[in-house]
Amino acid sequence: MRWVNRHMRRQDRLFLGGLPIALLLLLYLFMAMQRHSINPADKILPLPGGMAQSLGALMAQPDPLSGKLIFVADTMASLERLGIGIGISTLIALFAGLALGVLPPVRAAFGPLVTGIAVIPPIALLPILFIALGLGETAKIALIVLGIAPAMLRDLAGHVAALPREQIIKAQTLGAGSWQIMIRVALPQAMPRLLQVVRLSLGPAWVFLISAEAIASDVGLGYRIFLVRRYLAMDVIIPYVVWIALLAILMDAALALMSRRLFPWAHGASH
Amino acid sequence: MSALLSLRGVWVEYGDKVVLEKVDLDVEAGSFVSIVGPSGAGKSSFLRVILGQEVPTRGSILLDGVPLAPECGPDRGVVFQRYSVFPHLTALRNVVFGLECEKAPLAARLFGSARRAAEEEAAAMLKAVGLGDSLHLYPAQMSGGMQQRLAIAQALLKRPRILLLDEPFGALDPGIRADMHALIRQLWSDYALTIIMVTHDIREAFSLGTRVLALDKRRHDPHAPHRYGATAVYDLQLDRKDRKPLGITVDNKGNKLEAAL
Repeated sequence: MRWVNRHMRRQDRLFLGGLPIALLLLLYLFMAMQRHSINPADKILPLPGGMAQSLGALMAQPDPLSGKLIFVADTMASLERLGIGIGISTLIALFAGLALGVLPPVRAAFGPLVTGIAVIPPIALLPILFIALGLGETAKIALIVLGIAPAMLRDLAGHVAALPREQIIKAQTLGAGSWQIMIRVALPQAMPRLLQVVRLSLGPAWVFLISAEAIASDVGLGYRIFLVRRYLAMDVIIPYVVWIALLAILMDAALALMSRRLFPWAHGASH
Repeated sequence: MSALLSLRGVWVEYGDKVVLEKVDLDVEAGSFVSIVGPSGAGKSSFLRVILGQEVPTRGSILLDGVPLAPECGPDRGVVFQRYSVFPHLTALRNVVFGLECEKAPLAARLFGSARRAAEEEAAAMLKAVGLGDSLHLYPAQMSGGMQQRLAIAQALLKRPRILLLDEPFGALDPGIRADMHALIRQLWSDYALTIIMVTHDIREAFSLGTRVLALDKRRHDPHAPHRYGATAVYDLQLDRKDRKPLGITVDNKGNKLEAAL
């Protein structure tokens, strides 16, 4: 049978999907054990026990300055920045994307500006943000927004502009004006795409969050990773990276579920 | 009878390409006009200028003697071959949409008793096109024929002066198409509609229409084929009672048009 026709059953898919992950974990364990057999104090490839111990300490131990548990404080700070940043970007993308997609004069006026902003590497703007907004939360959130909003906006505007011309014409023959077409025809059809764009922007959003935290911060997942790097504390860095990955997967899955629940018509005929 | 729709010297040009040239036409209220013609003869452009989707380069279009605004409006309904229903709304909401736009300019939604009244009206219209049992289906759950029925119901609810059909049955199976022919003929007489239908199916054009217009180029320049546009080369009034013996017409290019198909 040709490989293009070999469709996998559910159990086979789970097994095959888990296989490479399990192999990589085994490979890591093997190498870590080998290093520890030579040098029991090895820091580069910590064993699971060591990582659990370090993470447990961060979960139980309060920060000497703020008095909060370090792991919880880092997670909350990062999620807050990420949430506000993605929230603002989503709103900008939705409103501006609708206006740009539906109204040709708005597209003509602001399209080039949006394209111009979108091609600037956001990290290059970070010094400007720090100078203009200080080293606090605002600059970090602004970096996330500048980093992901332009791409989200362009994608959404493109999607709305690509709605079949027939639909827009039909709406007008049913008596709809520009505003009514925006809120009743374009907005609902933009929503599933918006959730998809947010999902795709989660990756870049984390990149900008960690970058901003690495450069100037006093709490946050990215801050902690870059702080303990000085002590080669792989037993903290690796669990933190795994935790970030878990959070990202959870957010992605939640958005996918939300899209299927809220917009069944956008997910094929099997409602 | 007085003309409901009049085209006076209408030209449509894209750059130096002439699509329609000097189209003069009167459409009477209550007629069912079929437009036929070869591909690229400007059938769709013709429909688009009447719809208001395109502005003619020259000439004017009058509806009830009043020049048409150069954009689409609720006085002209339309059913396209595809994409004329909203995929994110159920059948009922698709039809109610027209009423909501009219009565709720800001929210574009109706609530309470106004909404119930609109839904009743929409449900009655859906029943008239044979979708009485499919009020809460999304278009993706419907067959092509059902989607076209829905598109017709949407348009009819606005009581348009003219209903424009752009190859509405072109993508349907032959069996379904026959059902749709019966439906549109029924609606045409029940609602006293004026219909202009573009089709590439000559049999359909003659079996449904009270008048058949053939669009084609009168002249042809082999070195610059784009410089001559199409116009109505045949204009056949069909007698509904006996429209068999129309015979054969031969034009100045020697083309035959067998009217009695």
